[in-house]
Amino acid sequence: MKAYVKETLTGFYSLLAGLGVTIRYFVKPIVTVQYPREKIDMSPRYRGHTEFLLDPETGSHRCNACENCARTCPSGVITVTGVKVPGTKKKRAVTYVLDYSLCSLCGLCVEVCPTNALKFSNEYRLAGYSRQDMIIDVMARLKAQQRALGLPEEVPPAPEAEAPAPEAAKSGEAES
Amino acid sequence: MQFFLAEGARLGLGLIGVISLVAVNALFLIWMERKVSAHIQLRPGPMEVGFHGALQTIADALKLIGKELITPEDVDKLIYLLAPIVMFLPVLVSFLVIPFSPTLLIRDLNVGVLLIFAFSTLTVLAILMAGWASNNKYSLLGAIRSVAQNVAYEIPLLLTAMSIILMAGSFQPSVIVSQQAKVWNIFVQPLAFLLFIICGTAETNRAPFDIPEAESELVAGFHTEYSGMRFAIFFLAEYTNMFIVSAVATIFFLGGWHGPFLPPVVWFLLKVYALIFLMMWFRWTFPRLRFDQLITFAWKILIPLALLNLIVTAFVLKLVR
Amino acid sequence: MMLEKGLEERTFYLNLGPQHPSTHGVLRIVLEMDGEFIVTADPVIGYGHRAHEKMAELRTYQQYLPNMGRVDYLHALAYNQCYCMAVEKLAGITVPERAEFIRVITSELNRISSHLLWFGAYLLDLGAFTPFLYCFDDREQILDLLDRLTGSRLTYCFYRFGGVPVDIDDDFIAGCRAFSQRLRSRWDDYDNLVTKNVIFIHRTRDVGILPPEMALQYGVTGPTLRGSGIPYDIRKSEPFSVYPLFDFEIPIGERGDVMDRYLVRLQEMEQSLRIIEQALDKLPNGPIMAEKVPKRLKPPEGEVYTAVETARGEFGIYLVSKGDVKPYRVKLRVPCFSNLSVLPELIKDTMVADAVAILGSIDLVIPEIDR
Ligand code: SF4
Ligand code: SF4
Repeated sequence: MKAYVKETLTGFYSLLAGLGVTIRYFVKPIVTVQYPREKIDMSPRYRGHTEFLLDPETGSHRCNACENCARTCPSGVITVTGVKVPGTKKKRAVTYVLDYSLCSLCGLCVEVCPTNALKFSNEYRLAGYSRQDMIIDVMARLKAQQRALGLPEEVPPAPEAEAPAPEAAKSGEAES
Repeated sequence: MQFFLAEGARLGLGLIGVISLVAVNALFLIWMERKVSAHIQLRPGPMEVGFHGALQTIADALKLIGKELITPEDVDKLIYLLAPIVMFLPVLVSFLVIPFSPTLLIRDLNVGVLLIFAFSTLTVLAILMAGWASNNKYSLLGAIRSVAQNVAYEIPLLLTAMSIILMAGSFQPSVIVSQQAKVWNIFVQPLAFLLFIICGTAETNRAPFDIPEAESELVAGFHTEYSGMRFAIFFLAEYTNMFIVSAVATIFFLGGWHGPFLPPVVWFLLKVYALIFLMMWFRWTFPRLRFDQLITFAWKILIPLALLNLIVTAFVLKLVR
Repeated sequence: MMLEKGLEERTFYLNLGPQHPSTHGVLRIVLEMDGEFIVTADPVIGYGHRAHEKMAELRTYQQYLPNMGRVDYLHALAYNQCYCMAVEKLAGITVPERAEFIRVITSELNRISSHLLWFGAYLLDLGAFTPFLYCFDDREQILDLLDRLTGSRLTYCFYRFGGVPVDIDDDFIAGCRAFSQRLRSRWDDYDNLVTKNVIFIHRTRDVGILPPEMALQYGVTGPTLRGSGIPYDIRKSEPFSVYPLFDFEIPIGERGDVMDRYLVRLQEMEQSLRIIEQALDKLPNGPIMAEKVPKRLKPPEGEVYTAVETARGEFGIYLVSKGDVKPYRVKLRVPCFSNLSVLPELIKDTMVADAVAILGSIDLVIPEIDR
C-alpha cells in the first residue's frame, strides 16, 4: 500500500516536472529561421556545387583543362574541354559542365586540381523542375561573376587549325 | 401555439449558433494547437496566411473540402459513410444544454449533465463503426483499442461527476454553476478536478491517451482510410469534444460563468480555453501510454481514487447538512 | 475454448512497413498477430539496396570515399574513418597525430548527433513529439560545427588517406567547448521531460529484454549489446586511432531492456563529450596530412580488416587488394544487420505498441542494412 501511494505520487510529480520543462520552453524565444523571409549565411567552407575560382591577378579562371578532376570524380559528372592556347604549350578550358544531380560533394575534384582552379560555391538554393536544371555550366557562372565585378569577360581561345579540340572527357566512367 | 413558435425560434437560432460556434471553435482550436505546439517546440508555427497564420486553418479547410472523397473498395459502405455523422451529431447535441451564461443557453434541462455524458459516449460507437467498416487492420486495431479504453475512463469520469452532482443535488448544469457563486468547486474538490481532467483527456482521445489513433503504431488508427471532408469531420469532432469536455469541467469545477468585472460569457469562454490549453500542454509533453497500461492506470488508480472521493464527499455532506 | 460452429480462432498478418511511421526507412516487418499480440515477426529487408560493396570494385580507392558517408548516413564519419584506416593499413601510411585527434573529435561529435537524432525519433515512436524538436535544436549546433569544418551537414566525406584535408581552427575549438557546455545544461531538461517521466518508464522498463547470451549469439553490438550488460566497445576492447589516450567509460545496462539501451545511449553522449574535451585539451601541433601519399594509390597485395565503434555498433571493413588501383573486394560488416536479426526474438509475444518501442530501441538505420 505504501509503495503504491509512493509510486503514484512520484509518478504524478514526474508528470508535473515534464510539464514544467515544456512551459519553460513555451515562453522562450523561437530558434528557427523563417526561411524564405530570413536567410542564414552558409559557412565559408560550405560545399555547394563547384565553380571556378576567380583568380584576382588575371581576373579569370586558372583551369588548363588537364581533366584531372574529371578523371578523379567518383560519379563522373565533370565534362571539361579545352584548346591549346596559340603560341604556348598550355591548354585552356573552353567549357566546363557539371551534372550536379549526380555530384556527391566529396571534394575530390577540388583537392586534385593542380592549379587550384576550383572552389565550392555557397549556393544552396538548388530546387529545379527537371534534371536539366541541375546541369551547371561552370564557365557561364564565371562569366556572370566577371560581369558582376565589371571585369572583362572570359574569351576562350580559338582552337588552332591543326590541333582539333580534344574530345570531352567521357563522363559516367572515371578513368583510372 | 405561441409557446411552440417561441420554442421553435429558440431552437432554430440555437442550432445556427451552435453550428457556427462549432466551426469557428474548431478553426480557432486547430490554429491554437499549432501555435501552442510550435512555441513549446521553439518554433513559430504557421505564419504565412493571415496575421500570424490566423487564416491558415481556413486555407486547410478549403483544401480538405476540395479533396476527392475516396471510398476504398471492400469497405462496408453504409457504416463507412455513417461513421463520421455518428461521430459528429452527438457532439452537437451536447451544446443544447451547456450554459454559457445565465441567459445564454438553449435548453435548461434538469438532466442536462446526463445528456452530455450519454451523448459523448456515442463517439466510441462512431470510432468502432469507422474502424470496422474501413476493412483495414490498423483501423480495426484502433477501434478495438478505443472500446477497451472507453471502459477504462468512463467509470472514473462518471464517478467524479457524481461527487459534484451530490454536492449540487441536481443534474441541471445551471444549478451546479449557480451554487459556485462564492467558492468554486475546484477548491473544495481538487482531487476530483484532477481526475476529471485526466479522464476528460482520455475521453477526447488526445495524447497521452491517443491510443486509438496512435500515429507511430497504427498509422492513423480508426480514420486511416478516411480522406477529405470525412476526415475533416472526425477532426472537427475531436476539437469540439475538447470544447465540450472543458466546458463541462468549467461548469463542474471552475464556477461556470462566475467571475468579476467581465461579462459572464467571456468568463466562461476564458475558463474553457484555459482548460483546453492545459490539454494541449499535456499533449505536447507526454509520451503515449500503452493501452493495457491505461486500463491498469484506470482500475488501479483512477477508479479507487474516484470512489474514495465520492465516499468522502457523501460522508462530509451527510455531516454538514 | 468452445466456439460456435463456423467460427475459428485465427491469427492474422499485419504488414508493418515498408512505409510506416516508425520503421524509419524502408524496412518491412511482417507480423503474425493474435489480436494485439505478436506471434511471429519476420523482417523483410533489401528495399534500399544500392550495391555499395560491388561499387568498390569499380572505383579507385579515393573514389570509394563518398560511398562511406552514405552507408550509415547518421554516423558517416566513423565509416569514413574505418575505410581510411583500412586503406592506410594496407598501404602502410601513418597518420600524423593531429589528424587522428581531429578525426576523433569530429567522429565523436557525429556520434552525439546520431544519438541525439535517435533520442528524438525514439520519443516520437513513443508518442512524445516535443523532445524531437529539442534535440534537433541541439543537433543543429553539431551540424553547424561540422559544416564549418567539413562543408557538409550530412553524408560527410571528410577524412582522406593519410589525414584530414582541413585543419581545425580556434573558432571550431571554442564552438566545441560551447556546445559541450550547452548540451550538459540540457541533460536536466531531458531527464525531467523524458527519463524520469512515469509514462516513459512504464513504456520502457522490462520491455524487450535482451539476455546477454542471446545478444552474443546473434552478434549484436553497440549500445544494444551494452544495454544487456556486456562492456564491449571497440574503442576500448580493440583500441584504434588515439582512443587509448583518453579517459572514458563504457556505460552498460543491467537488465537489457529498452530502458537500459536508452540510458546507455544517453550516457554515451556524455562520455563522447568527455572524449572531445580531452582531445581538445591534448590537441598536438603538427601536420594534418601524412607526407607522400601518392595521388594514384596502389596498395600492395594483401587483406586487412579494420573495425570501428559506430553509434550503432561494430562496423568492420574487410578489404582485399590485388595491388591494383581498385580494391579487389570490399566487405562491409554493418552493425544494424546483426542487431535487426535479434528483433524477431524480442518482439515475440509483445503488443504492437511494445514492438514499436523495441524496434526503436535498437536504433536501426535501414540503408545500412540494405547497403
Ligand atoms: S583539374 Fe583543375 S585544371 Fe584540371 S581540368 Fe579540372 S579544374 Fe581544370
Ligand atoms: S565534388 Fe566529388 S562528385 Fe562532385 S564533381 Fe567534385 S569530384 Fe565529382
